[in-house]
This record gives sequence, C-alpha cells and structure tokens, in this order.
Amino acid sequence: MTLPVVEARLEEPSLTIDPALTARWLEAFLRDELIERRAMGRAVLGLSGGIDSALVAYLCARALGPENVYAIRMPYKASSSSSLTDAQRVVDALGIHVETIEITDAVDGYLKHVPDADARRKGNVMARTRMLVLFDQSARRNALPVGTGNKTERLLGYFTWHADDTPPVNPIGDLFKTQVWELARYLGVPTEVIDKPPSADLEANQTDEADIGITYAKADRILNMILHGYKDDAIVARGHTLAEVRLVRRRVDGTHWKRHLPTTALVSSTAINEFYLRPVDL
Amino acid sequence: MHAALVQFKPRKGDLAANLDAMREIFAQLADGPVELIVFPEAAMTGYFLEGAVYELAFDAATFAAKVDAQWRAAGGTRPVDVAIGFYENALGTFHNSAMYVRCGGPDGVHIIHVHRKMFLPTYGVFDEERFLTRGRRLSVFETPFGAAALLICEDAWHSLVPTVAALKGARLLIVPSASPGRGIGGNGELESTTRWKAILASTAAEHGVYVLYAGLTGFEGGKGMSGGTSAYSPHGDVLQSLGPLDPGIILVQLDPAEIDLARATIPLLGDLSAVLPDLWLDEEIPVTRRLEERA
Repeated sequence: MTLPVVEARLEEPSLTIDPALTARWLEAFLRDELIERRAMGRAVLGLSGGIDSALVAYLCARALGPENVYAIRMPYKASSSSSLTDAQRVVDALGIHVETIEITDAVDGYLKHVPDADARRKGNVMARTRMLVLFDQSARRNALPVGTGNKTERLLGYFTWHADDTPPVNPIGDLFKTQVWELARYLGVPTEVIDKPPSADLEANQTDEADIGITYAKADRILNMILHGYKDDAIVARGHTLAEVRLVRRRVDGTHWKRHLPTTALVSSTAINEFYLRPVDL
Repeated sequence: MHAALVQFKPRKGDLAANLDAMREIFAQLADGPVELIVFPEAAMTGYFLEGAVYELAFDAATFAAKVDAQWRAAGGTRPVDVAIGFYENALGTFHNSAMYVRCGGPDGVHIIHVHRKMFLPTYGVFDEERFLTRGRRLSVFETPFGAAALLICEDAWHSLVPTVAALKGARLLIVPSASPGRGIGGNGELESTTRWKAILASTAAEHGVYVLYAGLTGFEGGKGMSGGTSAYSPHGDVLQSLGPLDPGIILVQLDPAEIDLARATIPLLGDLSAVLPDLWLDEEIPVTRRLEERA
C-alpha cells in the first residue's frame, strides 16, 4: 500500500499585508504625529503622479481630512506631461488642495553654471530643489512635510540623500513597493497611477526597474529574505538566481550610509546619538 | 473582585499631563465597585525613553505617593489597589518595574509589592538592558483576591515565569505591558497581538489562573504601541479585549470559584507540582549542571 505524501512548503517570510489593518495603522500614525504630537494637523507633500506619493496623499486625506492636505506638483521641463495628469487624478479623487510650482528656472539657474552635469547629477539637483520647495511650502502653510519614500527604494539606495528622505514623518517607509501597490489598490488609488511602470521621471521612457536591473516583485522577495537574515544559498533555494541575489545585496550593502545621519567624529563621552541618547518624540 | 484594566495613551515624558489623565480615570472609577485598577508598563512616561529614563525614574515610595495623590484628588473615599508600571530609581540602580499599591487608605499609601522586570528585551527595536538593570526575583504577594504575581511584558513570554508564579501559589497574574505592534500580514489583527493573545490564553489555561493584561497605546517615534488590553479566565477564555489604537477601560469581575473549576477539570498545575522534581533534577538541564559546578 502506498501512503499519501504531502510536502511541507519551504518557509519564506511573507510580504502579504492586511490592507485594511495597514491603512488603519498608518492613518493612526499620521494623526498621532501631526495632530497630537505637533498640533499641526496639516500635511504638505510632493505629488509626482507616481504611486508612492499618491498613496501617501490618500492616507493623509483619510487621516487628516482632504481640506488639510496640500499637494505640490513640481515639474521640471523634461517631466512627462502624463505625470501632471496622473497627479490631477489623485487630487480630483480626494478633493485635496493642489499647487503646481515649476522647478525649471531654479534647476536651470544652477545647471547653467555646470554644463558638465550628467543625468545623475541633474536628477539629484532636481530632487534637492523639490526638497527646498517642499520645506518652504511647509513654512508657508504651517503644514508638515510628509515623506513618500518606500522601503524598497530606501534599501536599494534608489533615492537622493537629503532630498526624498528629508520629511520628518513617512507613513510608507516600512512598506515594500509591492505592498505599496496592494495598499493603493485597496484604497482606490486610480488604476492609471497603479498600473503604469514606476519611474523617477527624470528622462523620457525611464523606469525604476530598468534602472535597478530587477523587477520590484523579485527585489522585494529577495530584500525581505536578506532583512530576515537569509544567506545567498537559502534565497537561491527559494527560486532566485545568484546574480539577482548578488545585485540586490550589493545595492543594500553599498548604501547603508544613505539610511543614516552624517557620520560625526566622536571625541567625547557625550557625543550626540552615541552617548547622549534621546528618543525623537520626547 | 472587580478589576479595571486601563489601556493608557501617555504623552511622552510629560509626567504632569499623564498624572492628570490618571486622575480623570480614577474619577471615572471612584464611585464604582472596582477594587483593582491595572495600568500598563511605563504608563506615566511612555516606554522608549533611552537616556531620559534617568530623568523620569522615581523611587517606589515617591511614585506610590503620586498615584495615591491622584486617587484622593479624584474623590476616592475608599481604598483601592493599583497595579502600574514605572521606571524605578532604586538608589541609583534603574529598573523597569511595576508596583502593586494600596491607595486611599486611612493610614496613607501602602506598597504591597514591587516587581522588577526580569527579562529586559535588548534586541531589534528594544534596548532596555542598555539603560536598565534586570530584576532578580519573582515573588507572589497577597491581594484581596488571593495570591498574585506581576509579570512585565517579556516576563510573560517565557512560559517558565508564569509557571513559577503559579507554582508559588499565584492565582492572578497581572501583566502590564508596552508592546510595539508589528506584523501587518495578519487577518484583521497585528501578528504581535495575535501572539500575545495566544500566550496569555495558554498561560491562563495551563495553570488555571486569571490573567489581566494592560497594554500601552499610541505612537512613540513611529512605533505604535499595540494596546490589546485583555482579561483571561482560568479556562483560557478571553473575557474581554480592546483593539490596538484607542485608550479605554475593561471592567472585569474575577470569581475564585472559576479557578477551582478550571483546576478540577484539567489539573495541570497539580500534575506539574508532582512531576517537577523529576524534571528539575534532570542532570541534563544546564541550570542543574551549573548549580552542581558551583557546589
């Protein structure tokens, strides 16, 4: 007699989210940070037309009320016109405030002095100019800048240091890109925004996945296992090539500095954040 | 016994504001039948204090006096017992502690017991042992309900701790906690909360004890304290529970007869008492070897 055989799965840390629970948690976070802790109640965010900022706009509108959310569109002359259109879809769906502030003059005002700037440097100048605008709009509107960087791009270092990562609060920074998609679908973000290929929109036809060299679906699974301590061979055993694993690990290992404050020379036993330790919310 | 479990949302580091909130809660409960009020871990300060713990810790007598003063100011005209977590300064040694204190008595405030957290989580998001010293003793103390023990947060995650408390006679386990919620893949509930509930229900059922859990709520620097305040019968049933995000109060009535029923039905604690010497004296258990080496 042959007995039935059932095979147990090879365990892998899950990326599944309960979107209703996640939304409730992140909205509570925003209310606590903005209303209770800072008595501010208003949010300002850069609305690019992409999914990350769209999701943050939805979370802010639900947490604070749409009348308390200020979306700033900051196109450069090379930005895709569809980005503006997609941002408008989000604004129309939510009824949040919107203003468009072109950054072309500011960016080109500097770039004309550095004609050798390549695409990477130009992209960083644009990102840092948007940061400058966002913080000034924060002061102008007494509204807190809310960050829109997701966990995948933070881990891969696929962002401009001291630009995209500067807002003092970020509701989606612990969500992988694929989780951002799932939550965005649950909250009803326009499908045009969800379904288009993610792009930094610095050049025509640019996509994140081509820049990074791997799909988000694969990168997220590999990143999740790296963060849980899995070795390369264990990740390969779960369906990835060694080249993919090494690509992802190289990007993570090469960008730890981007996830920290500047390195400060320690010369005392009272060095800030080394010996003198206070939580951010005290 | 009537108990109230308070899911408390502190203002970080703002002792005065938190004592005010405590007084309002006391006023809400002063006229009722409640004999025991349970607050979470680090309730009057918030949990993640880092180096500020040295500025926000009190000796037990001073802290007890503050709690007692709130009860009296709230119009408490009868004695009431309060179990509450606080950061303790014990002559310059700092602990994550919880006290069981009788307030409002005719001859002043009376500390029944102070438990110092034995398992200080120092991994991942936790950094307690960088700042605090762990407790060395698990004691059982008398309450109007009977013998009880205080376990603070991770103390309750090690099955051995409630087991020892039950073997020492505890019929009521009081668990003040501050648990940063994590794990959003669950089905309507944070995975950390699901794990907590399983642990507490299992603890109650295994030993036939009441378990009262009071959780901190509110966000601390992005880390959301997951509330989950809840009460468990000696059968392991959830008598009542609160969600993760909002402050609130659970009123629960404890019936000592339920403990007898639970233990008569499933006498695991009695069985353990009989078998424990055989388990404990097993020379393969590392602790036994170490004791022999010391001798």
